[in-house]
Amino acid sequence: MTIKAVALISGGLDSLLAARLIQQQGVVVEGINFFTGFCVEGHTHAIRNRDRKREKRNNALWVAEQLGIKLHIIDIIEEYKDIVINPKHGYGANLNPCLDCKIFMVHKAHEWLEQHDFDFIITGEVIGQRPKSQRKRLMPVVASESGAEDLLLRPLCARNLPPTRPELEGWIEREQLLDFSGRSRKPQMALAARFGFEGYAQPAGGCCFLTDQSYSVKLQDMWDNRGHREYELDDIMLLKVGRHIRPSKAFKLIIAREEGETRFLSGYKRQFQTIKTVSHAGPLALVEGEQLDPRQLQLACAITARFSQGRDAESVELRFSDREKDSRNLQVKPLRAEQINPEWVIA
Amino acid sequence: MSDIVEVDARRLLCPMPVIRLQDCINRQPAGASVRITCTDPGTMNDIPAWCRINGHSVISSDQRQQEFIFVVRKNGDGER
Repeated sequence: MTIKAVALISGGLDSLLAARLIQQQGVVVEGINFFTGFCVEGHTHAIRNRDRKREKRNNALWVAEQLGIKLHIIDIIEEYKDIVINPKHGYGANLNPCLDCKIFMVHKAHEWLEQHDFDFIITGEVIGQRPKSQRKRLMPVVASESGAEDLLLRPLCARNLPPTRPELEGWIEREQLLDFSGRSRKPQMALAARFGFEGYAQPAGGCCFLTDQSYSVKLQDMWDNRGHREYELDDIMLLKVGRHIRPSKAFKLIIAREEGETRFLSGYKRQFQTIKTVSHAGPLALVEGEQLDPRQLQLACAITARFSQGRDAESVELRFSDREKDSRNLQVKPLRAEQINPEWVIA
Repeated sequence: MSDIVEVDARRLLCPMPVIRLQDCINRQPAGASVRITCTDPGTMNDIPAWCRINGHSVISSDQRQQEFIFVVRKNGDGER
């Protein structure tokens, strides 16, 4: 009888090790990776020139290749909105609904398991590794609220938890599972060395933008100004890019910080009012909000000019375009640094 | 040879192009070919990696200005 497990693959070290531990017991493993829209993975390196020089690698695909397993990447952008907007268990330090997120992902993995006739689910969770979602008392909450119940196995810390069905049924040997706990990464690194894994992703602030304070401030600002929490993929993508400056309730500027961001924001010219310096090298700015009146337009241009090569010039010429339909050029005097009200700068 | 199925993944950032390819491939019979056009340079790594992992073949990859174009053949199980 072939036993099959589906592993939640984030692209990090823990899920890599958890899957390999189970493979070693003769279980067939396939990976599942969820794309929420907030994943750090893959996005920013495609936008900023600075990051374009880095190796372009999707870590979940890399992990799957190391393990020699199939990987199914699943778009959960729409369903995930409810997790972000209405987290039953609340947020972490920022707008990160980590516990609800984990429950949801295990729930989706359980659905996948039933559809594909797999036997159990593996995660790389370690008791105490993360303050919100990986506390010992919350481990049963994830298992029960996801619907996975005793089909959810955490190989890296299983011996600190009650036996699950794969162990009780003899599909795998509990003695070969581990008893990791706490925030130290040393046991994982030692195990990686034992397995011969090199070049795995280093943990660097998590894999989700919602754990990032600056990102969360921008998301909250967006919600506050719209008066509702609905969002589209483009909304949450744009929060990852540029300087966000809101000089008034009526509009926000998203100003590219470098060429790569200007190129990325250019893709939105048909959806937004845009401002681009003409007389000097400078950034593209998207205007998010209502139709600008003449006074607002002057201010938006003066702010944008502040971030151009003409910041110290007496006058800078800019081109204002309204969703690529109407456009006209304007001359403004760039704002001085001290004229940018710190309260305008969102993050 | 059957017609090539086209997937437009321009302006999408990884992993969305991979997801679009995966969802299209999953709907095709073994032997079908899919051509995907992308603008995210990350696809240069991600699409071949996804194909290797899942046992499909990259028949061709081409860069034209800012676009990355791949033709992928869907293999059946055991055709890796």
